[in-house]
Amino acid sequence: MIKRMKKRWLNLFWGLITFAVLIGLWQLACEVFDVPMYLVPPPVKIWEALLKYWSVTVRANLLYTLSSIGIGYALTIVISIPLAILFATSQWLEKTVYPILVAIQLVPKVALAPLFIVWFGFGLTSKVILVFLLSFFALLVDATTGFKSLNPRLVFVAKTMTNSPWEFFWKIRFPAALPHIFTGFKISISSATTGAIIAEFVGSNQGLGYLMLRANGELNTPYLFAALLVLSVVGIALYKLVEYAEALVIPWHSSVRTRLQ
Amino acid sequence: MLILNNVGMTYHSGSGPVEALRDVNLEINDGEFVSLLGPSGCGKSTLLFIVTGLTVPTAGYVTIDDKKITEPFHEAGFVFQDHLLLEWRNVLQNVSIQGELRGMDKQVAHERSMELLHMVGLEDFKDKYPHELSGGMQQRISICRALHHDPKLLLMDEPFGALDAFTRDQMRVDLERLWAKRNSTVLFVTHDISEAILLSDRVVVISRRPGTVLEQIKIDLPRPRNFSVSESAEFLSYKHRLTKTFMEMGVLYE
Repeated sequence: MIKRMKKRWLNLFWGLITFAVLIGLWQLACEVFDVPMYLVPPPVKIWEALLKYWSVTVRANLLYTLSSIGIGYALTIVISIPLAILFATSQWLEKTVYPILVAIQLVPKVALAPLFIVWFGFGLTSKVILVFLLSFFALLVDATTGFKSLNPRLVFVAKTMTNSPWEFFWKIRFPAALPHIFTGFKISISSATTGAIIAEFVGSNQGLGYLMLRANGELNTPYLFAALLVLSVVGIALYKLVEYAEALVIPWHSSVRTRLQ
Repeated sequence: MLILNNVGMTYHSGSGPVEALRDVNLEINDGEFVSLLGPSGCGKSTLLFIVTGLTVPTAGYVTIDDKKITEPFHEAGFVFQDHLLLEWRNVLQNVSIQGELRGMDKQVAHERSMELLHMVGLEDFKDKYPHELSGGMQQRISICRALHHDPKLLLMDEPFGALDAFTRDQMRVDLERLWAKRNSTVLFVTHDISEAILLSDRVVVISRRPGTVLEQIKIDLPRPRNFSVSESAEFLSYKHRLTKTFMEMGVLYE
């Protein structure tokens, strides 16, 4: 146990060292080759820009982007999981509704983003909808697989124990589906972030995506990179959050066990 | 008393109908240990599902204590070749789920589970998770779960099929001990001749597809049957007789 912990810290240490060296090389290259600031700013300037703009604009726009991701992702969860349960229980529904959803999935939604602005306005609604549309499908597919993947002999065993479909669902089918559901969560959360940024690129006067466009327009590249940095941290943090939740909820599953070893 | 009356089962598959079972007639007494012995794919497992009302036969019917089986029979416990334990529950919770799903008080269910775990020598493992146990331990827990509600019928489908030879011998002896303390009727599906003889009061030989009862042999070996029984002359003569049956069936040949 201690040995494992030690190894994890050591891995983190070497990771940080590598990162620091790369940043150092970047800084050095900018200075040695005298790269113009508007092309690639050195890390120090990016950091300065972040400190300068953090409380002025970055923080508020970060909150805006986070709320569109949060609401859109919540929508994905409350819609995809019940739908997955319905698909897993009714073949008829799966045959009729599923193809429609696949069709929706196949339409390039990014290309439809301008239309969403027309339909749902410049505000948060159009962002939330794009976040939802980009993230619901992965969760739906994975959760459906999860709810269907119960060993049929286990179903037989359970049927001799109880007549209650409710008990059967909560004590057996749902926990058995959780590993697949978490796989869906992980894929969906990364698409959700992408969705929010695209929506902000297409039409918005708030959000990190909007901030990047504005900085770009002003040729204030350090500012742009600062927003990008925050955005990357958001993406990584959200993913790690889901992964952490997974380790908490299904510590018994092999995917979590092998990762912790 | 469990009675199978002209039970037949025909599946409809893509390549046409498949007759799995035909005219199966059996009478099994309460508390009897009966093995269904036959080659792979002879419909032995299907028979277990039919007996418990999980599969409806296409011909004939099953009665338990003169009551026709038309829906899932709840006084049954199942053990399969794979342990089918719930990986998110620890050992104690895995055994107790039987009581929980039957609406038993949680505390009572846990006490019963501990009693069973004690009998199989696994009470110290109650907080472990299935993946932390060996195959033999997992299967013992699966048996505990099946016996938790003192079922009238214990149905076992090649329960030791995935275990190594040593563990198998040990499990056989353990199972006999567990069974002797209760009064469940056991239907034990296997394709291992020795295992069938050593465990059963009666061995029922099922033919190749369509499966039907070919022969029934009463096993008169004293209980408990410890490891040395498999060297006795009686055991060998039973084994000889059953081997001959399988050679005539064409399952074994020289």
